[in-house]
Amino acid sequence: MADALKSITLRRLAVGTVVVLGAGYVLAFFAAPEDADQGFIQKIFYLHVPLATVALCGWIVAAIHAIRHLRTGDPKHDARSYVSIHISVIFGLAVLLTGAIWAKGSWGVWWEWKEPTLVSFLIVFLLYATYYPLRYAIEDRDRQARYASVFAITAGAFVPLNFLAVRLAEPLIHPRTFSSTGGLPDSMLWPFLVCMAGMALLWATLVWFELDSKAASGNLKRIRRALEATA
Amino acid sequence: MTAYSALLRKDLRVELRTLRSLPAMALFAITAFVIFRFGLDRERLSGELAAGVLIPTLLFAALLAINRLFVAEREEGGFDLIRLAPVDRTVLFAAKASALVVYLVVLELVAVPIFALFFLDSASGLLPLALVLLLANVGLAATGTVISTIATMSSARDLLAPLILLPLLVPLVVAAAGAGEHLLAEGGPDYGRFGTWLGLLGLYDLIFLLVGYATFDFLLDD
Repeated sequence: MADALKSITLRRLAVGTVVVLGAGYVLAFFAAPEDADQGFIQKIFYLHVPLATVALCGWIVAAIHAIRHLRTGDPKHDARSYVSIHISVIFGLAVLLTGAIWAKGSWGVWWEWKEPTLVSFLIVFLLYATYYPLRYAIEDRDRQARYASVFAITAGAFVPLNFLAVRLAEPLIHPRTFSSTGGLPDSMLWPFLVCMAGMALLWATLVWFELDSKAASGNLKRIRRALEATA
Repeated sequence: MTAYSALLRKDLRVELRTLRSLPAMALFAITAFVIFRFGLDRERLSGELAAGVLIPTLLFAALLAINRLFVAEREEGGFDLIRLAPVDRTVLFAAKASALVVYLVVLELVAVPIFALFFLDSASGLLPLALVLLLANVGLAATGTVISTIATMSSARDLLAPLILLPLLVPLVVAAAGAGEHLLAEGGPDYGRFGTWLGLLGLYDLIFLLVGYATFDFLLDD
C-alpha cells in the first residue's frame, strides 16, 4: 500500500485526472439519459454537484490539516491547509456560477433566496473569502500560520452547522443527490460517480501542483538570496 | 477558578471605571432603532420585521464591544502578563467570553425595553425572548472572543473582526430571528418551532465553546 502510494507522482496524478474526468463527461453526455423533466440543462448537474461536494470536503480537509499543524507545529501542514482552502475557494466560485446558470435554466431565476443549499453555500464561501485578508494582515510567519489554522478549524466546524441552520429556516426545492426517497437512477448515478471521482482527483492535482510551486518558488528565493550574499 | 474570577472582575471593573464599550453599544442600538423608525416608516413592528430589526441591531452593537475586547491587553501588555502567569491560558478565554456575555446582557437590558417602547404593542413575548437572547449571547461571546483575539493581533485590527464574524454568526441570527419572529408575532407570542431554535442555539454555543477552548492556547503562543 505504502509503495503504491509512493509511486504516485504529480504527473501520474494529472494524467489520471484527465482520464477519469474525461471519461466522466463522455459518460455524462453520451451514456446518461436526458432528464425527462429538465432536458439538456440537467447535464450541468455532473459539473455543479461534484464541484460543490469536493469544495466542501476540501474545506474539511483544510481543517484536519490545521489541527495537525497546531498539534505538531510543522509548517508543512499549514501550507497544506492554506492550499486546500485556496483551491476550494476557486471551486466554490465555480459552484456559485454553475449553480446560477442551472437555476436560471431550470427554475427561471439566477438566484433563489428561499433555497437553503444555495444560501448556505454562499455564506460558507463568504466566510472562506475572509481567510485571505486574515492571513495577509499578520506579518509574523509563525503567528500567521497558527492564526490561519485556528480560523480553518473554526470555519471547518462552522460548515455543517451553517447548513443545518439555514436548512431549518427555509423550505426545500433544491434537488437532493443522495436522498432516501428514490434519488438517481443507475444510468445517471454511474456517470455522476465517475465525474465526482474525477473532480476529487482534479482538486488533489491542483493542491499538489500549488504546493510544489510554492515550495519551488520558496527554494528559488533562498538560492537567490544565498547567491546575492556571496556575490 | 481564582484566576478566572480575578480576570473577570478586572474586566468588569475597568469597564465600570472607563465606560469604554457599554454606553457606546447602548447608544448605537438606540440610534439604530431611530434610523429603522424612519427607514421603514413604521411605528409598530411585529413578527419577522420586529425580529429582523432587533436581532441584527443587537449583533452590530455587539461588534463594537468585540472590537474593543482585547484593546487594553494589547496596549498595556496584558497578553505578556498572562503568558508569564502560572495559570492555564484558556482561563483568559473563559474570563473574556464571560465579560462579553455580561456586556451583552447589560446592552439587552437597555436596548430591548427601548425597542419594545418604540415598536411593540405588547411585551408578552419578551420573557421567552430573553432565553433566546441569553443563548445567543453565549455563542456570540465564544466566537467573538476567538475572532477578536485574531483581529487584535493582526495589522488590520478593527476591520477584520466584523468581516470574519458576520458570516460566522449567520446560524445564530437565523435561530434568534427565527424564534423572535414567532415570539413577537402580532397578537401574542406563538411557540412554533421554539424548541428547534433553542436546540440550534445550544448546539452552536457548545461547538464554538469547544473550538474556542481547544484553540485559544495557540492564539497566545509567541
